[in-house]
Amino acid sequence: MKNSNNKPAILETGTDNFGECPLPITGHETVQLAHGSGGKMMNQLIDRLFLWAFDNEKLNQLDDQAVLSIKGGRLAFSTDSFVIDPIFFPGGDIGELAVNGTVNDVSMCGAKPLYLSAGFIIEEGFPLIDLKRIVISMGEAAAKAGVKIVTGDTKVVNKGQCDKVFINTAGIGLLEGDYEISSHNLQPGDNLLVNGSVADHGMAVLSRREGLAFDMPIESDTAALNGLVSQLLQAGGDAIHAMRDPTRGGLAATLNEFAINSNVGIKIAQTRVPLKPEVAGACEILGLDPFYVANEGKLVVAVAEERTQAVLAAMQAHELGADAAIIGKVVAEDNGRVHVQTRIGAWRILDMLVGEQLPRIC
Amino acid sequence: MKYLDEYRNPEIARRILDEIHHVTTKPWVIMEICGGQTHSILKNGIDQLLPEQIELVHGPGCPVCVTPLEQIDKALVIAAGEDVIFTSFGDMLRVPGSEKDLLMVKSEGGDVRIVYSPLDAVALARKNPDKKVVFFAVGFETTAPNNAMAVWQAHREGLKNFSILVSHVLVPPAMEALLSSTRNRVQGYLAAGHVCTVMGWEEYIPIAERYKVPIVVTGFEPMDILEGILLTVKQLENGTATVENQYSRIVQREGNRPARDLIGKVFQISDRKWRGIGEIPASGLTLAPKYQEHDAEIVFDVSALKVDEPAECISGEVLQGLKKPFECAAFDTTCTPQTPLGATMVSTEGACSAYYLYDSTSLKKAGLASQETNK
Repeated sequence: MKNSNNKPAILETGTDNFGECPLPITGHETVQLAHGSGGKMMNQLIDRLFLWAFDNEKLNQLDDQAVLSIKGGRLAFSTDSFVIDPIFFPGGDIGELAVNGTVNDVSMCGAKPLYLSAGFIIEEGFPLIDLKRIVISMGEAAAKAGVKIVTGDTKVVNKGQCDKVFINTAGIGLLEGDYEISSHNLQPGDNLLVNGSVADHGMAVLSRREGLAFDMPIESDTAALNGLVSQLLQAGGDAIHAMRDPTRGGLAATLNEFAINSNVGIKIAQTRVPLKPEVAGACEILGLDPFYVANEGKLVVAVAEERTQAVLAAMQAHELGADAAIIGKVVAEDNGRVHVQTRIGAWRILDMLVGEQLPRIC
Repeated sequence: MKYLDEYRNPEIARRILDEIHHVTTKPWVIMEICGGQTHSILKNGIDQLLPEQIELVHGPGCPVCVTPLEQIDKALVIAAGEDVIFTSFGDMLRVPGSEKDLLMVKSEGGDVRIVYSPLDAVALARKNPDKKVVFFAVGFETTAPNNAMAVWQAHREGLKNFSILVSHVLVPPAMEALLSSTRNRVQGYLAAGHVCTVMGWEEYIPIAERYKVPIVVTGFEPMDILEGILLTVKQLENGTATVENQYSRIVQREGNRPARDLIGKVFQISDRKWRGIGEIPASGLTLAPKYQEHDAEIVFDVSALKVDEPAECISGEVLQGLKKPFECAAFDTTCTPQTPLGATMVSTEGACSAYYLYDSTSLKKAGLASQETNK
């Protein structure tokens, strides 16, 4: 799978070409939920439709944010939409998530997030008390992250035309150093670090979904990571080559994007990835692989060997990184692939998810 | 995690592996019946660590994989109907029918929902008296008690709007069908631990005797599977063919009596078609006459639907252990989990999907198994 294919795509199999129109997905003539799941089908949609239509060098980077040089300065710009169900979940709500999500996307290139926009699409009949709760939560999250929500938009649609409330946020931030932090910049020899336990958010949300007959004492990890990022930059400087928050598609998606975009191999050890026992247990019961479950307060960092211990120490000293760990290494073989060493010492491929493991988790 | 970590311990794994290497003197073909075992073998890389003489072949024990095309087509017809809530375990949603899958029916407006228990579907029927709630009852003996309980409860409550589309298959008849085939290669079985949790293991004794194959009831964790392989190899090397129970912490000789009683009450044994294998006599379940008002095939009048299997996919041969997924020309080319040609590529328990995801054979070729990470 290529991530930066800017030519009109050709159908590989399935239904025939519709003239020159690049029907994005093999075998599908309509959009499926899996096209939004952060896995391979979403990447194909992006590759074969959006990149084809919008083709430009900034977008083609496919990082979580675009880095733009404007009049001598560098800005990071990103956007994200939030359609989570349920809108209130253990450890957070859609508003807090919408602020933190965009703050994190802006931060992952080393930028300092400054300003956000907020767009609301609200279903007719949605209780104002719930909307109030959501915007208070957004205000608090923005204050905590040190950003301001400076512009916005509100639309109300007929009942049934959206589900309660959808929120879009966009954010800009300032890149003060001359960092080149990107998923295209991993180097063989880099170590891969994560700031804590994986899969908390996805499992917390799942525990509140209809159809699950048990409660789990699991809270979402939703958090703004910009404070942690600035500590990491101080400790690691330009030895930090890549950062990404493993949201949809989980750790597996992020590591695969790293391996593909930088054309390197990645080796991780299963036993080194932090995982809370209750999250591990819930995943076992439901048959889910925690490597594919979403996080909202985690980041994966690729850092050169010589600064690894300093970056790890900085992570562990921060309130969002107490359980930080080195989970693996970037290598110069099996490029584009992620391998994981299993508990009993054998190796397997850690691929990206094809479709969806859970619908609408962020 | 208590009760799991003990069975994933690398030192114990190493010890059992050493013993397997020690006792193995000849080549042996062992089939693990259950898709859950296949998944665990590939996910943990167990096949990479075994002696070269031991070949694991992957059995027909993935319920999603053996569900015949016509049952899926029936599900698609029902799910697209007016006033229907069609419920299923997640895996079935992406299994291709003749033309589409349940997810596509959903995107076209069908009310298709994932549930984690058939009792959740009964609750939906209770909550939505003006809707017809259907549960896709797919599975082996393992899921039969839950499905029987759902029907029994719905019947007791008079929930006439609840029905199940039954696609239940039974393991022992399939094991016999494989053993009696002239192309059979299987010399020993790892029997499916969860199936035996419900049914016990007495019904395997005549099979082991008649076909002279050792059968070891085996669990799903790495230690379980390694121990199951060790017990099987020891029997093969010693020339014995008895039933042994590796999974004794869960499985009892007579199984789960109340669960078996409920299955016996709600279901009756019937002939069943298996995807890729064909019809096997007395190898499945249908609802007993008393409960037929909950049989979706009758409620929606779809029982006459007959569909032939596509020719291009070798999933039948994969399910019988005659071929490995990567021996298929379509594997990883036209057939991937995104564009599955056969059900074995769809379900995470399917052999093709497991090979696609974990790809341990090509790793073995590349010699990666001996390398270190994170020095």
